[in-house]
Amino acid sequence: MDNLIYLDHGSTTPTDQRVVEAMLPYFNKLYGNPSSIYSLARESKRAKEDAREEVAKLLNAKAEEIVFTSGGTEADNSAIKGIAFANKAKGNHIITSRIEHHAVLNTCKWLSGQGFTVSYIGVDKYGVLDLDELKGAITDKTILITIMHANNEVGVIEPLAEIARIAKDSGVCLHTDAVQTVGKIPVDVNVLGIDLLVLSGHKFYGPKGVGALYIRKGTKIASLLHGGYHEGNRRAGTENIPGIVGLGKVCKIAMEEREEDEKRVKALRDDLEERIAKKIDDIIVNGHPEMRLAGTLNICVKYIEGESMLLCLDHEGIAASSGSACTSASLEPSHVLTAMGIPAELAHGSLRFTLGRSNTKEDIDKVIEVLPPIVSKLRKMSPFGKG
Amino acid sequence: MEYSEKVMEHFMNPRNVGEIKDADGVGEVGNPVCGDLMTMYIRVKDDVITDIKFKTFGCGAAIATSSMVTELVKDKTIKEALSITNKDVVDELDGLPPIKMHCSLLAEEGIKAAIEDYRKRKDKKDSRNQRFEIEN
Ligand SMILES: Cc1ncc(COP(=O)(O)O)c(C=O)c1O
Ligand code: FES
Repeated sequence: MDNLIYLDHGSTTPTDQRVVEAMLPYFNKLYGNPSSIYSLARESKRAKEDAREEVAKLLNAKAEEIVFTSGGTEADNSAIKGIAFANKAKGNHIITSRIEHHAVLNTCKWLSGQGFTVSYIGVDKYGVLDLDELKGAITDKTILITIMHANNEVGVIEPLAEIARIAKDSGVCLHTDAVQTVGKIPVDVNVLGIDLLVLSGHKFYGPKGVGALYIRKGTKIASLLHGGYHEGNRRAGTENIPGIVGLGKVCKIAMEEREEDEKRVKALRDDLEERIAKKIDDIIVNGHPEMRLAGTLNICVKYIEGESMLLCLDHEGIAASSGSACTSASLEPSHVLTAMGIPAELAHGSLRFTLGRSNTKEDIDKVIEVLPPIVSKLRKMSPFGKG
Repeated sequence: MEYSEKVMEHFMNPRNVGEIKDADGVGEVGNPVCGDLMTMYIRVKDDVITDIKFKTFGCGAAIATSSMVTELVKDKTIKEALSITNKDVVDELDGLPPIKMHCSLLAEEGIKAAIEDYRKRKDKKDSRNQRFEIEN
């Protein structure tokens, strides 16, 4: 794995060595349960509250507005179900988008079998939410709008501030899945005007299995997990202290290094995009040309299929991903590309590169060296001409 | 999900890729599950498949099973070729992940479609020849 070129940072990232080191003492030296009373336990509690401060700082939130969770999926579930169940008397209508992560989509889908109704708002060809459709969907029964900050597949950044204005004008609570943006672009809950926000450690060089839910003070929400009195009675369960310490550390690093990182990553991504477009015919770049995460390049390569490209890239030591039906467990093409109006046969040839901190110009050179021959080999095999 | 070494070997070095100009039979089949496509070309002489080529738009398993099935039916009689099932192809490849089993159907159906096309063309030719005989 030493020579691996990792271009799948949208899936997960390697944990920063500084984060690993910050976490280590909390496994077997400072292992106290923060709910206990003795000094060992107080160490854990202090570490947890320090981490909460760091997370809050990164979001410009207050520490008490942060609840630690087991990751993005749990936090999304808690936010959406929590708002839905706490506001049953007010209404039963939830609005989301057609391009959400499954952590949001399947939660909404489940709620629609529990007496709630869900509207799925469409996007334009770039993946940007249709704001008029959103406005039109709000009724006096609407209790929650949940729209992701940036999409994990194509990297499009949604106009959250405008969405927040629309939500506020109608007095509806706004939740955002910011798993793909926190630590990468500025995320200020007050500038954006968000009521609930979700982040996940492993997407920005923190550990897996830890995340946070921001809940604006005064927001009425039910808990998902019931048990002991943890996290201000908002999330039961003995806290994952090493993970929480890691999350705090990675938020602190992000505060200091995010901007530099993203500049460098964007330059690499732009270079990759430009050179792929030059070297390979019949490709389409998906997502918005400007409103896009710095590290994301999602393309459709016509006439061939994504999984076969991924296997060939893997053979060359390059890790990437695809929205092809053949790579998804459901054997359906990516719901995101479909919502953007990309036909199934094109979505079939989708390829996602998500660049990150470790990538270098040499990595890009290698992709540019190996991808064109892979594409032409597979096209020669394809019945769609162009061989 | 992981492919067997044999699947990867056939995927990386597929046998019999291409087209046959003036093939005796052409089968074009699609995979309703994920929308993939495969075209098989056969040349038949004295009831034996003497040459076979394929083109496939699909996943690693689709390409590997296409490649394997061409090896299995080459130099076989039509009857023998028709008896080959997708299971035979999968077994020869040391198995496929469960979610990829449907891909192997493409390979079996591709051969069957090509043979059916060959028979149709042959029937047409035969009946044309018969007419010829009567007129003479
Ligand atoms: C946009 C988005 N939301 C939610 C998640 C789920 O986060 P986690 O893996 O921490 O459960 C992910 C990543 O998988 C994601 O990309
Ligand atoms: S052909 Fe699509 S999954 Fe195999």
